[in-house]
Amino acid sequence: MLTLEERTEIEAEFPNYPNRKAVCIDAMKVVQKHRGWVPDEALEDIGELLGMSSTDLDGIATFYNLIFRRPVGRHVIYFCDSVSCWIMGSDQQCRHLTKRVQVEPGETDADGRFTLVPIVCLGACDHAPVMMIDDDLHLDLTPEKIDRILERYK
Amino acid sequence: MLAEKPLTGNMRADREALDRDAYERAGGYRALRKALQGMTPEAVTEVVKDANLRGRGGAGFPAGLKWTFVPKNSPHPRYLVANADEMEPGTFKDRVLLEGDPHQLIEGMLLAAYATGTDVAYIFLRGEYKLAARRIEKAIREAYAAGYLGKNILGSGYSVELHLHISAGRYMCGEETAMLNALEGKRANPRAKPPFPPVSGLFGKPTTVNNVETLSNVPHIINNGASWFRGLSRSKDGGTKLYGASGKVKRPGIWELPMGTTIRELLEEHAGGMRDGVRFRGVLPGGASTDFLVEEHLDVPMDFTEVQKAGSRMGTGTMIVLDDKTCPVGMVWNLEHFFAQESCGWCTPCWSGLGWVERILKAMEEGRGQPGDLDKLIFQTKFWAPGHTFCALAPGAAEPLQSALKYFRGDFERHISEKRCPWR
Repeated sequence: MLTLEERTEIEAEFPNYPNRKAVCIDAMKVVQKHRGWVPDEALEDIGELLGMSSTDLDGIATFYNLIFRRPVGRHVIYFCDSVSCWIMGSDQQCRHLTKRVQVEPGETDADGRFTLVPIVCLGACDHAPVMMIDDDLHLDLTPEKIDRILERYK
Repeated sequence: MLAEKPLTGNMRADREALDRDAYERAGGYRALRKALQGMTPEAVTEVVKDANLRGRGGAGFPAGLKWTFVPKNSPHPRYLVANADEMEPGTFKDRVLLEGDPHQLIEGMLLAAYATGTDVAYIFLRGEYKLAARRIEKAIREAYAAGYLGKNILGSGYSVELHLHISAGRYMCGEETAMLNALEGKRANPRAKPPFPPVSGLFGKPTTVNNVETLSNVPHIINNGASWFRGLSRSKDGGTKLYGASGKVKRPGIWELPMGTTIRELLEEHAGGMRDGVRFRGVLPGGASTDFLVEEHLDVPMDFTEVQKAGSRMGTGTMIVLDDKTCPVGMVWNLEHFFAQESCGWCTPCWSGLGWVERILKAMEEGRGQPGDLDKLIFQTKFWAPGHTFCALAPGAAEPLQSALKYFRGDFERHISEKRCPWR
C-alpha cells in the first residue's frame, strides 16, 4: 500500500501533465524518496493508481539511472567515472573509497551504511574528481578529503 | 561590463541565486513587459532570428528559425521544453545559469513561449542538479506570485503554465525526441523523424525544445536588439558564449566571452595554461561527443562554423583537455564506456557497436590488443555515421574515436605492439 503521504505527493503531480501515465517517473521517485528504493509491491500500487501494468513500470524504472529496484544503504555515494574526473585521477580516488567503505561499485556494505554507485558526469568538471553523497556534492577529492567526508555520514 | 556579459554579469559573487527582486533591479522582466505589451509573437521571433542566436545545446541550430517551424494554425495546447538535462561529459555551463540566475531562464522561456503560442512549458532538469532544482522551484513560485506566469500575464491576455520536471537520469534524455518520451513517462528512446516536434511533439502536440543557455539569451536580445547581440560576438554567430575548460589546466572553469574567442586564448589566458609538468596534446572542444583538435588548431575561433571547418564541432563549448601524461587510448575507452552504458539500445549500430568498441579498447589498455583492431575501430566509426541511427548518440560517440585514431594513431599501435599501456 502507498502511504497517505506518498499518495498525496503523487497526486499533486497530476495537474502538471495531461494524463496520469506521464506521472509514473515522478511517482516512482516519490516512493524512493520515502523508502530508499522501489519494491515490487509499490510498482503494483503505482500501477493501480495510474492505470499501468507493473511490467510497464518496471521497464521504465530499469531504464533510468536514478531509480533503484534493489534496496540501498542509508547513504548512496554517486562516484563520477566520466572523462574529466578520470583525467584528474578518479580511478585512484575510487580505489581509496572502496577500500575505506569496504564496498565494490554497485554494492552495499555489510552494515547497510553505504551503497556505491558509479555515475556519469556530475557537471562539476572544474572541481574534478567529484562525487555526490545523497544530495550533497563533494569537490576536488583527495584521499584525506574522502576520509573526512565519510565521517559525516553515519 | 554589463553589456559584455549579459548572461553572467549580474550574478552574485557568492554564487547565490538572484531572487526576483534582485533580478528585477538588474533589469529583469523588462523584456517580457516590452514583448507582451508592444510586440507581436512574430516580431519577437523576428528579432531573435536577426540576432543569429544559434542553439547552445551543441547543434547550433538557429533558435528563431526553430520557432517558426510551429505551424501558425496548429492545434493547442502547444508545449515548450527547456533542455536542462546537462549530461554531456565535461559540460558544466548550464549549471552556472540554472543555479545563479533561474529567473533569467524563466523570462527567456516566457518570451519563447509567447513567440510560439505555447500554453504549457516544462523545464527538463537532470536529477543530479539538486541545488538548481531547489532554486528553480523557488523562482517559479516567485514568478507565479508576481503574475509573470499563469493566466493573463501582465494584463496581456496571454497565459502560460510552467512546471519543473526532474529527470530520473539517462544521457539519452538530452536528445530532443527522447526527452519528450521521458516527459510522457516512457523510456527515453528517440522517435523517428519526421514528424518533427514543432508539428507533433510532446503528447502529439506542437513542441519547441531549446537549451538553457539559448533561452537565457532571449531577454537580453529583446531588451537590446539584434544588432547589439550580433555586436557582442567576434564572429558571424551572435552573442557571447559560456566557454569552459577541464583537465590538467591551471584554472579550470567557465567564462562568458565573445563568441569566436580562440581556443588558445581560452586555454592560455582564461584557463591559465597547462599545469606544471604536463604538456598539451589535444582537446575535445565541446564535450565528449566532439572530435579532438590538436596543437595546429589552437588559433581556431570557437564558434559553430570555424570549429566545424577545423574538423570538429563547438558542441557545448566546454573543452576537455588531454595532456601528455594521460593515455589517449584510456581516455577514449572512458568515453566509449560512457556512450555504451548510456545508449538506449534502440538501434543496432549503437547497442551492438558501442559495446564491441568498448571491449576492444579495454583489451588494448590491458595489453590484449590484436593486430587488426584499428581496422575494426575505423569500421565502427563509419557504421555509426549519421543516417544509420535514429539519433545522434552513436555519431557523437564516433567523433572522439575517429579523431583519436587520426591524431594519436601511433599511441594505439604502441598499445598493440608493446602489449601494454605505455602510460601505466
